[in-house]
Amino acid sequence: MTAASPAREPLRLHVPEPTGRPGCETDFSYLHLSAAGSKRKPPINEVPAKTIDLAFALIRVLDDTGQAVGPWDPKVDAAFLKRGMRAMLKTRAFDARMLVAQRQKKTSFYMQCLGEEAIATAHWMALTPGDMCFPTYRQQGLLLANDEVPMVEMMCQLFSNRRDPMKGRQLPVMYSYKKHGFFSVSGNLATQVIQAVGWAMASAIKNDTKVASAWIGDGATAESDFHTALTFAHVYRAPVIINVVNNQWAISTFQAIAGGEGTTFAARGVGCGIASLRVDGNDFLAVYAASKWALERARSNHGPTLIEWVTYRAGAHSTSDDPTKYRPDNDAARFPLGDPVARLKQHMVALGIWSDAEHEALKKQVEGEVAAAQKEAESHGTLADGHVHPASEMFEDVYKDMPAHLKRQRAELGIG
Amino acid sequence: MPDGGNMKTTQMTMIQALRSAMDVMLERDNNVVLFGQDVGYFGGVFRCTEGLQKKYGKSRVFDSPISEGGIIGAAVGMGAYGLRPVVEIQFADYVYPGIDQIVSEAARLRFRSVNDFTCPMTMRMPCGGGIYGGQTHSQSPEAMFTQVCGIRTVMPSNPYDAKGLLIACIENDDPVIFLEPKRLYNGPFDGHHDKPVVPWSKHPKGEVPEGYYTVPLESAAIVRPGSEVTVIAYGTMVYVSQAAAEESGVDAEIIDLRSIWPLDLDTLVESVKKTGRCVIVHEATRTSGFGAELMALVQENCFYHLEAPIERVTGWDTPYPHAQEWDYFPVPARVATALKKTLQG
Repeated sequence: MTAASPAREPLRLHVPEPTGRPGCETDFSYLHLSAAGSKRKPPINEVPAKTIDLAFALIRVLDDTGQAVGPWDPKVDAAFLKRGMRAMLKTRAFDARMLVAQRQKKTSFYMQCLGEEAIATAHWMALTPGDMCFPTYRQQGLLLANDEVPMVEMMCQLFSNRRDPMKGRQLPVMYSYKKHGFFSVSGNLATQVIQAVGWAMASAIKNDTKVASAWIGDGATAESDFHTALTFAHVYRAPVIINVVNNQWAISTFQAIAGGEGTTFAARGVGCGIASLRVDGNDFLAVYAASKWALERARSNHGPTLIEWVTYRAGAHSTSDDPTKYRPDNDAARFPLGDPVARLKQHMVALGIWSDAEHEALKKQVEGEVAAAQKEAESHGTLADGHVHPASEMFEDVYKDMPAHLKRQRAELGIG
Repeated sequence: MPDGGNMKTTQMTMIQALRSAMDVMLERDNNVVLFGQDVGYFGGVFRCTEGLQKKYGKSRVFDSPISEGGIIGAAVGMGAYGLRPVVEIQFADYVYPGIDQIVSEAARLRFRSVNDFTCPMTMRMPCGGGIYGGQTHSQSPEAMFTQVCGIRTVMPSNPYDAKGLLIACIENDDPVIFLEPKRLYNGPFDGHHDKPVVPWSKHPKGEVPEGYYTVPLESAAIVRPGSEVTVIAYGTMVYVSQAAAEESGVDAEIIDLRSIWPLDLDTLVESVKKTGRCVIVHEATRTSGFGAELMALVQENCFYHLEAPIERVTGWDTPYPHAQEWDYFPVPARVATALKKTLQG
């Protein structure tokens, strides 16, 4: 040991703070943006360590004038762009109606994805039937982009009514749609990421072609399951995509509290030997292109990809949250990556395939579809009118076959 | 065939019986995969999976990183895909980092998704003391698992049951915690650590059918019929209780639970109603140990048949000690004292 220096300052604990709080504006320079089109697109068999530049940059396709530029431009056709716009507008309309339904006590709880719609919808459009997403509670876009998923059924889950496919056992938004590639939402954080890796390992064990897509927020990356998932994904070269949706806020804690200060969440992947990309999550075309790249890489036995989607949670965490208490009111409007719907619209208008009138007409159309679905769902009851599944349901499916002790307890409740 | 009655048998230790169960299931069902720390090339620190990677290939039997949460979490995903993973947690004492994946995920996936997703999986883990393992290689955490709705907890006490129960667990569609009393791996241990070790080759339950058979879950075994007092035990304590009955001269009826939860309540109730007395024996700590639940069940179901207070003999409510192991481990003398005490009641 050596003698302590007498002049040294005492140690200080560093607790990160966002630049903006209620009453003062956020300085978004911490995001370290890159210009659209400026970042290279590596081959799908790129060595993970060589993606380090892309883990600290920001892959973008749409520039400020709405042009699609650079090597990541997926060059999709007009029909594809219109389907993408429909998926985002439908997701936004669904969220808006369900927020109101929660205020009317028709559902106990809701979580919107306002401002993040491009990520789940464009990613879903890149998937192949049979692929499995392991979502968090904010990936409803994976279901709403798919017109085969009935909105009525989703709403029955939200209303916990007699048609709720989850039979009233799960909080609203905790959907499960195996046939549509959507794993049961747990409500616990990060647990699904290592499960996705296990599912992907199983696909590889069975020499299948399917890929798993895991979802997690910036805040939950601090959980050990996330780091475990990175290790397993790398060790077994699992065909999985690990999507980190960095929407800057985990309830009231800024992304720096999850470890985002001075680094990126994408960088976590490179350190674990996983190809990693940091992508503009409000850029529909960049989301689609990066998803396609990672899916192709996974399906070709080149292993996992971590993608950090940079976006902004424009709404509250949930209907139980009030963000005006901890962040500036106008952050969403000032967020440098803008709004995903407005940006895709600008692009489509610039291409001459879209107009304000068509946009308004599509908005009205999807709002009508959502309203009609809600009317039908409400005809089966809502939490407010108590038209819920019977108490006997809670004893079912605990085990495959009901053991004697549960039969006794069910009888104790007065159910034969 | 539900039991191995007419099959060719061979002498096996519990380790060999467990290996044989996994061998049989790897052969019968190509959705069965095995993984865990050291289980692949090396065959496990207790050698339970020795030779299986060579026989079935690296994609079905493989090593995993040192991460119980990762092992169990990955198994949940594999189960959801359609596989039947059998994972080894090197010691039950190491399972705690994986608890969230057991409690909040594996146990509830079927319920929360209304059968949309399920994860049949077997989590093998050596448990219990008697090997000078200290506080991180000797614990008996079974009670904790019995409080988790949606999983099964099973503990065999001999090679025959170990193989039949493990096959039943692998075939079962619920997630199962399969606890292996490591002091029984090589022979029936009755708590007399200063006496020579008895090998399984000298015990009738070391005679194990070579092929496929099952021992049913939720089915206890009466290992010693008796009339004076019912002893409820499982794992190593089955042999400690047998030694206590012989040494005390008490005509005890000894029940081996085999399935800890859900359990075979009828066999317990029938026996206690017959004897009117009950002693519960387990290695685990006493407070909120599984003995507490057993006492409650016996009291609820047999109160008017009881002639004496229910006794329990357990490990003490301390971390498992190293040098003081034989003062901690429930030995036949302690069980014998309880047997005699209940007869005086």
